Formats: sequence, structure tokens, C-alpha cells
Amino acid sequence: MRLALLRLPQIALTLALLSLAAWLAIGLMPGDPASLALMSDPRLTPEDVARLRALHGLDRPLMERYLAWAMGLLRGEFGYSRLFAQPVVAVLWPALRSTLVLVGLAVAVAAVAGVALGALAALRPRAGGFVDALALLAQAVPSFWLGILLIILFAVTLGWLPAGGLPGEGQPAWAFLVLPVATIGFGQMAAYARHSAAALGEALRQPWARSARARGASDQRVLWRHALPNAGVPLLTLLALDAGSLVSGALVTETVFARPGMGKLLYDAVMGNDYNLALLALLLVALVTMLATLAADIAQRWLDPRLEEA
Amino acid sequence: MRHALLAALALAATPAAAQQARDSLTIGITQYPANFHPNIEAMAAKAYILGFALRPVTAYGEDWKLACMSCDTLPSIENGQAKLEQTPDGKPGIRITWRLKEGEKWGDGTPVTAEDMRFAWEAGRAFETGFGPAETYRSAYEFIVEDARSFTVRFDKVTFDFAGLGQFQPLPARIERPIWEADKAGYRTRSAYETATTNPALYDGPYRIAAVQPGAGVTLERNAHWAGPAPAFNRINIRTVENTAAMEAQLLAGQVDMVAGELGLPLEQAAALEKRSGDRFRFFYRPGLTYEHIDLRLDNPVLADRRVRQALLLAADRAQIVARLYDGRQPVALGSVHPDDVMYDKDAPAWPYDPARAKALLEEAGWRPGPGGIRRNAAGETLSFDLMTTAGNRAREQVQQILAGQWRAVGVEARIRNEPPRVFFGETVSQRKFTGMAMFAWVSSPENVPRTIFHSDEIPTAARNWSGQNYAGFSNPEADRLIEALPLELDPARRRPLWSQLQRLIATELPSLPLWHRADAHVWPRWLDGVRPTGHQNYSSLWVTEWRVKP
Repeated sequence: MRLALLRLPQIALTLALLSLAAWLAIGLMPGDPASLALMSDPRLTPEDVARLRALHGLDRPLMERYLAWAMGLLRGEFGYSRLFAQPVVAVLWPALRSTLVLVGLAVAVAAVAGVALGALAALRPRAGGFVDALALLAQAVPSFWLGILLIILFAVTLGWLPAGGLPGEGQPAWAFLVLPVATIGFGQMAAYARHSAAALGEALRQPWARSARARGASDQRVLWRHALPNAGVPLLTLLALDAGSLVSGALVTETVFARPGMGKLLYDAVMGNDYNLALLALLLVALVTMLATLAADIAQRWLDPRLEEA
Repeated sequence: MRHALLAALALAATPAAAQQARDSLTIGITQYPANFHPNIEAMAAKAYILGFALRPVTAYGEDWKLACMSCDTLPSIENGQAKLEQTPDGKPGIRITWRLKEGEKWGDGTPVTAEDMRFAWEAGRAFETGFGPAETYRSAYEFIVEDARSFTVRFDKVTFDFAGLGQFQPLPARIERPIWEADKAGYRTRSAYETATTNPALYDGPYRIAAVQPGAGVTLERNAHWAGPAPAFNRINIRTVENTAAMEAQLLAGQVDMVAGELGLPLEQAAALEKRSGDRFRFFYRPGLTYEHIDLRLDNPVLADRRVRQALLLAADRAQIVARLYDGRQPVALGSVHPDDVMYDKDAPAWPYDPARAKALLEEAGWRPGPGGIRRNAAGETLSFDLMTTAGNRAREQVQQILAGQWRAVGVEARIRNEPPRVFFGETVSQRKFTGMAMFAWVSSPENVPRTIFHSDEIPTAARNWSGQNYAGFSNPEADRLIEALPLELDPARRRPLWSQLQRLIATELPSLPLWHRADAHVWPRWLDGVRPTGHQNYSSLWVTEWRVKP
């Protein structure tokens, strides 16, 4: 509780500074909405351009516009997306939902598979080499390449799964998730496997683990009931770091599998000078990452009270 | 267990596409529309999708000639629907009457009327609404409803293409007017096209938008009140796949039936796919109005010398580049006018590859071979320029490398310096910050007078709020005269020599180096027939009623 009270003001300040930095960065990039309009309608006169700038408020200083935007945000006015002619929340929500499902499943798969592999390596030292090799492969294979390989094999050659996109009417949603989840999950699994192998191995070498075995506890029981909670601290940190990607999306995988999501939306918003959309998306990513880190810190202290004392 | 899993996967994969009956068609495109309002912003994806669902008053056909889509006769001076007159302030003007076809209806059965056109005109005239192109509405100073189906527009400018209404399309006034009147500046985001996109009353074409998956696709279903020829499919699914490798995979996996060439695979990728896929698909390559070229910064004293510009073009083996990179499927350009354009002059100077003549011209201009093979002038300056284009555009970057190599062979150094599109177009090109050469493309329309790119009044400056597209800084009184005279000449036979003069002048002066006219690669299933790509801004989707399933 004390930790949360200490951190929340820091989070608020960080978000304020981040929003200002992002506003300035986007505002100072070349190509404002008036010049983009000029590119699409070359017959606009100089007077038209001046009126467009006034209409979009571009004739006002950058800081003045930032303050107006920030005050609006505090009042709950998120504004409209310039690129999509829709309220920002209406644009953000479908992309966020899609990304939460995709990356959430991928992180879950990666964590479960990674911990299982880590446990295998910890329990069976001879399997450690295999787990290391697999983790190395997972880290080394670029996700776009793996995605394309999976598409060629399972969609084009075997025809078992769709090559990408979103399900149409009457099509099973899960089928469209298998390949992208596998692509992201395989890459992320490596970190979980390595960390859990190291942490579980270390825990199993502790005197209390030997005592448990001496009292007749099976290897499985010692591992899952005793070693895993002790090895949980680094894994929680990893999960907290991955939480950011739940909302920032996976640009490469979304692109390869033609799934609209936060990664692509954020990229388009920044490149298309869509202030309202880009800033809200960036703030959301930052907020979720910071809250997840806070949650992980609290959970770590719960798992290991010595951290609280420290 | 294993068999059960395979069975489940097979069931899931039955997809979709492979087993769809022929009453639906799934089309892949590489862009998702930013909005669905037909009169706000021109955008390729939107134009393609709305081509199925809306009928403009006029459009250019496959033959590049203007024709009626929802009007019954194209206005002309001869048929009396167009009359030359004077504007109230004494300028030459024209009044034109269009009559909508009988039976044109919105998707809720309400007739399309002249009042719908009046609303579109009123909203377009209000600058804050943000309709494009602004100049059309500015010039249309009076709108008269003659009867339920006829309307007259008075223009304060006479141009030969007066009969076309372009993006000025009818809007369902009874739905849109109250929204617009409540908030003109906010209309862009509050229009029913954005807030109630699937309302059938918004569409008057053969199809209506029945479902939208933001960022992923649009489903079109037949418009029950369409009075024209019945289209072949009950449903058309448009799927957005921005990555072209992913698009190819979805095509091969049977998830999309065809890839629309207007927003499809790059030419080189399509050509490679054609070689690999055998007879599975039909491929059609249509050179269009996207004109690839290199703008030269004419304020640069070196490039100000016409002989240097001509030498650069002579030293560029464009025919070989087209043959090697694009399988010879897009025509080398003489200039911005497309070979299919009725005003194209095939006898304009062509500058075929001739390195010996390029060297001679450079010698004549005072550039002699120097150390390292790069030419120098008497003052010791090297013949060296920045060659810029959009970073990440693989096709252009390849071309850039080849051109740099070909120019080096005649003693010219092209330093490659690329920027992301937003920086390149948002500032470097539009504010004329490039110092040497900028490679990009223009998209035009049939018989498009190149005023914004070649008239001396259109050189962007800070004082003009950077409006205009004459980025090269080309200033030539004869070109200005021809550009001003062309739109005023209503007789095509008398316009033709003016066009020839202009094309020959530009091809001689070379304010920009013409490369080629980009071709669209259309990929169709063998069972589909009747798709007729146009190569211009009125896409094939406008003629969807001619698409047929082969027996």
C-alpha cells in the first residue's frame, strides 16, 4: 500500500512529461495536416492553406495547443482521430481489444511453455542443453520470418489454417489466432525458459529443497509447490515488462498476419500526424507498463517479504 | 488424438475462401480507407470501395473518355446543356445542366434528386466542411434546381473539361443536411458516412456497405433498390492486407479470390508470382496515370544548364531498367502525358539511352573528366548531386542504385540520400529543400493540364504558404502561355496542337526527368470475367455490374 502511494504520483508526473515530450516530437516533425491537405489537393490557394491552418489551430503556438489538449484530456474529452474521422476511443478500442487477445494469449502461451521448459531443464539437467538450444533458436529467429514460414506451411501448403486477417461471418475466431499467437509466443518463450531454468535450478539447490526431498516429497512436488514460488520473483518482473506489449501491440506480427492492432495503429497515428490518437495510445502504453511494473513490485514483496524490509 | 486435432484444423481451414460459393467474391486491397465520405479527401482505397456502392454523376471510362454514370446525357455546347455566358462581374463563365437518370435511388428506396446535388454543392462551398477539391466548389458560384432530376451549375471559369463533375457527387440530403447544419466544421467526423456507415440510405450504387471491420475490411451486399443491371455477386468482401507478402499468402491460401490492381501487389512481385503460380490466376498489367519521374532543382546552377539535364536523361537506360525490374510491363515515359491519353504526342523528344551523346553534351557544357572518374568544370567543381527519394520504397531505392551507377559511367556522381515519406513530402520536396534531384510520382487524370507542376506561378514559396507543386522551379513564358491557353480551348482539334507544343517543350527543357508510367498488376481468379481496369482515377469497381462468373 505504501509502495502504491509512493509510486502513483511518480506515474502521474511521468505521464505528464511523456505527453509533453510526445506532443513536441510529433508537432516538430515535418508535414502538418495543412501540408498533407496541400499534397492531396494541389489547387489549394495560399489563402486556402492559411484558412486550413486556422481551422486546425495550427496557427497557434505549439505549447498553447498542448495545454488545450491536456485540459481537454483531464475533462475526459479525448477528441477525434484526424486520420480516421472517428472519436479516438472508437478507433482505439477495436485495435486494443484485438491486441489484448493476441498478445495476451501469446504471453500466456510463452509463460506456460517457457516455465515448463525451464522446469524440465531444472529437473533433468541432461535436457538443459536442449532447452538452451530451443531458447537460443526462439530468440534468434526473427518474428516476421517465422510468421511467413508458418503461413507457407500451415496456410498455403497444408491449408489447415488461415493465412491471416480477421474471421468473417461464421468463421472460427480461434483459427485466425493460432499462427500469430505461435509466432509471438515462440519468440517470447525464450526469456521465460532461460529465467525459469536458472531460478528453478537455483531454488532446487537450496538446503530447504534437500530437506523437503529428505522428508519424502517427490521431485514434482518440490518443484511446483516449493521451488516455483521462490523462483517467481524474476518471472513476475518479466511478465510486468511484457504487459506493455499487451497494449503497444506487435507491429511486425500484426503486419505479417494482416491483423489490425495497436502496433500498426500507433505507427500510423505518429506518421499521419494524428495527435489525439497517437498521444492517447502512447499514454495508454506507458500507463499500463507502469501499473504492471507496480503490480509486479507489490506481488514480489508479497512473495518475498524480505524485499519490503529492504 | 492426433487425428482429432487434424480434423479440427481441417475444419477450421475449410475456409473460408476455398469453399465459398460463387455468389460471393473476396477482394484483397493494400489500404484501408481513412473515412467513407465520398466528397471529403480523395483516397484510393475509399474510391475503390465506394465504386461498388455509389454512382458519381460522370466518370472517365476504360477508353479514357468522359461518360455519364448517373446522368442521362453528357452536357455539351452542341446539345445545349452547356452555355457560355458572362458571370455577374463580367468574366467569361459557363452554365451547365445535368439531368439525373430516371430510377436512381438510395438504398432505402428514396430517389436521388437534384436537392441531393444542391446539398453537396452547399456543403462543398463552405470551406470549413473540408470537401476537396476546393477549386471546383469555389468556381461553381450558383446552383439552380431545375426540377427533381435536373440541376444547373454556373461556373466563373470556362475549361474544356466542363462536363465532368469529378468528386462532386450527390449526398443524401435528408440524412446529411441536418448533421452539416448543426456543425459545419465538425461535419467531417459527424457525417452518417462515418457514424452510421452501414445505413443503406447512404448508397445509390449496385452494392451497399453492410459491415465494417475497422482496419480489416468491408462487406458489401446488393442494394435492393438498384435499378441498373444486376451484379453477379450477392456479397463482395473487401479485405485489407497492407503487407504485400501477406497478401500473396492469403491469395495462395484461397482467403482472397483476387487482388485489385489499383491497390495491389507491386509489379515486380506480381510478375514473380505469375511465373511461380502457373495457370492458377489470370494476371493483367495496366499502365496507369502514376507517373514516375525525377524533379530537378533548377535553381542549382549546374542543373540550370539544359544540356546537363538532357545528358542525365541520355545516360539513364530507362528501357533496360523497365525490362529487368518490371518485366517490360510499364512504358518508358516521354513526359507526364500518358500514351493512352487522347492528347499524347508520340513524337515528343524521347532521349533514348545514348551515353556517348550524354558525354558529348557534358563536354559541351564544360564538364571534363576528373580524378576518380567524376567530371569537373573549369572552377574545379565536381558534377555531383543529391538523389533523394522515399526511404523504404524498395522499388524506388533499386532504381536509384541503378541510375547512380549509370550516371557514374558518364562521370556524374549521384549521392543517395533518402528520407521517410512524411519528411520527404512534408518538407523536403514541398518546401523545395532538396538541392539536386527528387524521385517520386505524380498521379493525374486524363487530359490533365499540368498547371500546378509546370506553371511559374506554382513555384512553392513561404509567402504562398508553400502551395503549388512546381518543385523544380521551372519558369518558362512559353510553357506558361500554353498552360493558360489549354483549358480555355474547348475544341479538341484545336487543343491538340497546343498539347503537342507543350509536350515537346517540356520534353526538351526537361525540368524533370521522365522515367515511366507505373502499371497496376491485377490478379484475378480464372473463373472471373469482365473486370476492366482503367488505369486512371475512376477505378474498375465502378463497372462491377459487368463482372461475371465464367460458366
